[in-house]
Amino acid sequence: MTGSVGPPLLDVRDLRVAFDTEGGVVHAVNGISYTLHEGETLGVVGESGSGKSVHVLAMLGLIPRPPGRIVGGQVLFRGRDLLALPERHLRRVRGAEIGFVFQDPMSSLNPGMTVAAQIIEPLRIHLGLDRRAARARARDLLDLVRIPDAAARLDQYPHEFSGGQRQRVMIAIGLACRPKLLIADEATTALDVTVQAEIIALVQELKRELGMAIIWITHDLGVVAGLSDTVQVMYAGRILERGPVDDIFRDPRNAYTLGLLRSLPDLSRGRAGRRRLQQIDGSPPDMHHPPPGDPFAPRNTYATPRCRTEMPPLIQAPGAAPGHLVAAWYDLPARLAEERAP
Amino acid sequence: MTARLSLGATPRPVISVRHLSKAYPLRVWWGGRGHVFQAVRDVSFDIAPGETLGLVGESGSGKSTIGRAVTMLNPPTAGTVAFEGTDLATLTPQAMRRMRSRIQTVFQDPYAALNPRMSVGAYVAEAFRLHRPEMAAQDRRDAVAQLFGRVGLDPVFMVRYPHQFSGGQRQRICIARAIALKPSFIVADEPIAALDVSIQAQVVNLLQDLQADLGLSYLFISHDLRMVRYLCHRVAVLWRGRIVELAESDRLYDDPRHPYTRRLLAAVPLPDPAAERARLAAAAPAPHGAGLPGDLVEVAPGHWVAAED
Repeated sequence: MTGSVGPPLLDVRDLRVAFDTEGGVVHAVNGISYTLHEGETLGVVGESGSGKSVHVLAMLGLIPRPPGRIVGGQVLFRGRDLLALPERHLRRVRGAEIGFVFQDPMSSLNPGMTVAAQIIEPLRIHLGLDRRAARARARDLLDLVRIPDAAARLDQYPHEFSGGQRQRVMIAIGLACRPKLLIADEATTALDVTVQAEIIALVQELKRELGMAIIWITHDLGVVAGLSDTVQVMYAGRILERGPVDDIFRDPRNAYTLGLLRSLPDLSRGRAGRRRLQQIDGSPPDMHHPPPGDPFAPRNTYATPRCRTEMPPLIQAPGAAPGHLVAAWYDLPARLAEERAP
Repeated sequence: MTARLSLGATPRPVISVRHLSKAYPLRVWWGGRGHVFQAVRDVSFDIAPGETLGLVGESGSGKSTIGRAVTMLNPPTAGTVAFEGTDLATLTPQAMRRMRSRIQTVFQDPYAALNPRMSVGAYVAEAFRLHRPEMAAQDRRDAVAQLFGRVGLDPVFMVRYPHQFSGGQRQRICIARAIALKPSFIVADEPIAALDVSIQAQVVNLLQDLQADLGLSYLFISHDLRMVRYLCHRVAVLWRGRIVELAESDRLYDDPRHPYTRRLLAAVPLPDPAAERARLAAAAPAPHGAGLPGDLVEVAPGHWVAAED
């Protein structure tokens, strides 16, 4: 982990988010706590209903209220609680100190405004640049995200860009004010694999150049493996496991993490050595009626009776690398060793 | 190109596609000349009984167009599609309707395929009502219950509606309907792309089990290159509407010959931090020329690569 000395850039404390729906209250985020340091890249893995997207929208003040509501917690960004900031102050943080890129650039970009206007807007609002300076900076940003012939393309509209280029424009907007933190939510999921590779290489380069921290939310464990310093696995609005990237992949302590890793086919394995894929049975939890206790217990073959009644706390995994935290009542390495024993 | 694109001495391919092209007319302005967009050009392949052919390529490469053309959902503008030896273009509408029971498609979005106002049991039973009108209601219900069991769903769910199911369960329902009439060939067009990671392996395992039990052939259209290697016997790589490489999957992944195939495979993220960091640090193969790919040449038995134009 990089830069873990000094106070954290982001300190999420017991964040709880709920939605009031016709079918009842959905507890989308159930008391998550974590810290992120300057220059650190956090990969957040999870699937539908895991709370991975909702929790960042909540801390940016971007969930619609109602039906959403922040039930409790604090999100300290450089010492200030974002959840307590009035919207006009939060707006200054968003876009200026925290940039964000979401999955679908077509719906995030305004189709009726030129790309220049959309990049210039935050520059004028947040940095107070005049029109000429903002335009020059917008051109530099398109250069930075490797859009060829940037000066000429500034006055084009989003539909005149390809999907990959639109996502680059979104990244340019996300980076416009040199944020301390960039949040990317499934930012490459809709893109072709070669375009995804280009965007990831670009983000790596920009991170080195600009030294920002990143929260990269994705369902793709491959993307997480390459980008992250720290990985956080979420399920049903909770963090089930978190730790340095190499330790999470080499020594997973939660059965859900293990299940995700095992369910992926190996790109280098030929058909001769091929086995049936190890699937995780069951479905993600119905968040209207989440199971009691550990939410993964109903799908977990290693679950103990206690898992079905009581949520385990997220604590340092015994014998694992420092900072490798797990929420589990069972001892996964011991159970795996038993399986291997004759 | 020679006609034999299959591996080994297959008796008769289930599907035999020759010189398939699909062009879409572009908007014609008053008095202007009509132009066409050539989505797929001169594509040929065979699929043997019990075989899975993977079709990979980027968005806009023509993957789904081929899937819709071989099932005649959106017939080709040139070329032939023969199903078990019969040229589908020569069939009368009635004969084509009968043939449809033998050729099925599973789509990416199971929710869009399902009818929200119809119970899922009725949706699967519809296949029988349309194609086996003589079937008694009780026999139909029994057959649907059996299909539910076959795809791993409790038959008590037959009376429920699509919104009461998760994405993976909905895809199982769509697969149940697809296999209802005992097809021999299924086009699976991105069948796992919309599913959660923990569910993808379930659906892929189900597809494999059904293939083993029913002898199905699949055209598996996907952008998930890891899953394609795992599931497919052979793989065709599509670029700009043409096949640029076609080979047995191990051969294609271990010894890719076309620059585009190399670039595609080099872009796949690896779920192993050390390997993935090394991959990111290595320079990606540069994009190659803008020219259109040429005809396929057999560089090794069963391994076809497009010549440079």
